[in-house]
Amino acid sequence: MTLKVRIDRTACTGHGLCADLLPELIELDEWGYPIIVDSVPPGLTAHTRRAVSACPALALRLAREPRQHEHR
Amino acid sequence: MTQHQSGVPRARGAGTGRLTSSWHPAGRAATLREHTACYGPLPQLTGRPRRELIDQVATGGLTGRGGAGFPTATKLRAVASGRGRPVVVANGMESEPASEKDQALLARSPHLVLDGIAMAAEAVGATEAHLCLARTRDWLVDSVLAAQAERQRAGLDRVPVAVHALPHHYVSSAETALVRWLNGGEAKPASTPPRPFERGVRKRPTLIDNAETLAHLALIGRYGGAWFRRAGRADATGTMLTTVTGSVARPGVYEVEAGLPVGEVLALAGLDAASEAVLIGGYFGTWHDLRRVTDLPLSAAGLRQVGGSPGAGVLVALPPGACGLAEAARILRYLASQSAQQCGPCIFGLPAIADDLTQLAAIRPDGDPLARLRRRLPVIAGRGACHHPDGAVRMAASALTAFAADADAHAHGRSCRAAIRGREGFDQQCRSGQRPDDADRRDTEQFWDHDRRRAGAQFWREGSRRSATSDVRWDAGPQRTALLPVPRPFAEGDWR
Repeated sequence: MTLKVRIDRTACTGHGLCADLLPELIELDEWGYPIIVDSVPPGLTAHTRRAVSACPALALRLAREPRQHEHR
Repeated sequence: MTQHQSGVPRARGAGTGRLTSSWHPAGRAATLREHTACYGPLPQLTGRPRRELIDQVATGGLTGRGGAGFPTATKLRAVASGRGRPVVVANGMESEPASEKDQALLARSPHLVLDGIAMAAEAVGATEAHLCLARTRDWLVDSVLAAQAERQRAGLDRVPVAVHALPHHYVSSAETALVRWLNGGEAKPASTPPRPFERGVRKRPTLIDNAETLAHLALIGRYGGAWFRRAGRADATGTMLTTVTGSVARPGVYEVEAGLPVGEVLALAGLDAASEAVLIGGYFGTWHDLRRVTDLPLSAAGLRQVGGSPGAGVLVALPPGACGLAEAARILRYLASQSAQQCGPCIFGLPAIADDLTQLAAIRPDGDPLARLRRRLPVIAGRGACHHPDGAVRMAASALTAFAADADAHAHGRSCRAAIRGREGFDQQCRSGQRPDDADRRDTEQFWDHDRRRAGAQFWREGSRRSATSDVRWDAGPQRTALLPVPRPFAEGDWR
């Protein structure tokens, strides 16, 4: 099982807070929408939780998923 | 099964004309009597073990014919074992502008699709079924409703099929969009999970299959999975409907064995020998140099090595006088206009790359459009709720590969092969000194009319109208729209 950041693309409105709080895993494209490295390394779990809960659009969530799971 | 009627597009090889067997030469729908005479009566469904049909589908190796090519038996099993009473949804939206096969099938063999819905409902234990059609094609809705009335008189269907006319946009045929609309919302794709097979219409497990897939299912229910495998190859079984358009003498819908080489499928429609490139899979498809794909099988496995996929079975031969980059730019602008405007990377990314490609195609660069494309294309794919941005990006990227020499010429301010060959239609666009947005406005009408007159080339949005004299014409509907609608902005109410 790995911890992954999942994003609801229809909910995201590009506030960009996530990239400010978690630059290790999230960067913004030129239009201000997040590009996410979805697997969370163990040391960043707390920071990731903080970024997820700070999203003004509630578009982020943390998911525990089997390693092989295919998703975007 | 081998019976053909004259005037019906014929599949190659003996006995492979399956879905098209009952197609009437005049293009009208086969009546229930004609349908039964051709295929035999609808088999007794109740009383047979429910898994039997699913096992036969698995034996036959049927895959979805809507574009994704997912194994149908796997989907049937997932829905049948889901929580709650399943729902069956037949997808007859066919919003891919270059494809006409589902319309052809529903217009000519509506009973085959309705049989398939009945069998799928029985296989998964559904008591509710829906057939989704595009609102812009009321002639098709009428044809299906007439067929349904026939069946009601004959007392055929145990599970009632509700026929719906949905808003018609490129993305409104996505399965999550159908579910959302059937649940009372807008016909826009939704975020997954949950996927419709888990939780779809009214939160029930929902089987969504393409109209052609269900028609194949109807035949597997009659003749079995081993029979289905007799056509096609080991890794691509059965037959498939293809729409062959562009620079061919007889554009139309053809039933071919799955895995027939691309070149042979194009030859059926009378490929223009001067054509050098082909778009495989439709607007979500990929551009290829014809020489590299002509011997490859038209199947997912066969095209994987060149990064392609048969999609919904669309082949568009690029007219020899047309610039592939200009074509790709036009398709990309259309796709950008069809976004549901829900996800940022699609809302902003698609118009941006459409602009880049238009600037490159028209040789009116603002900065370096080729460099921008190379930077932007990789970051857009996979970042939407649906696969709309992925498909658009794949098409654009394949154009840059297939027309690499042209892209290089355009990037250095030179004309491409199409212009060099003296097709002045394109040359004028390249050199007219107009800004890309001006070219943008006039190209769909003026430029293409101009080029058609000068080059005599055939374009796919003219496809079926141009085939009026050929025997593969299937369409008898009076209210057909142009295959490539001129992009227009959405109004809010359009999605309901």
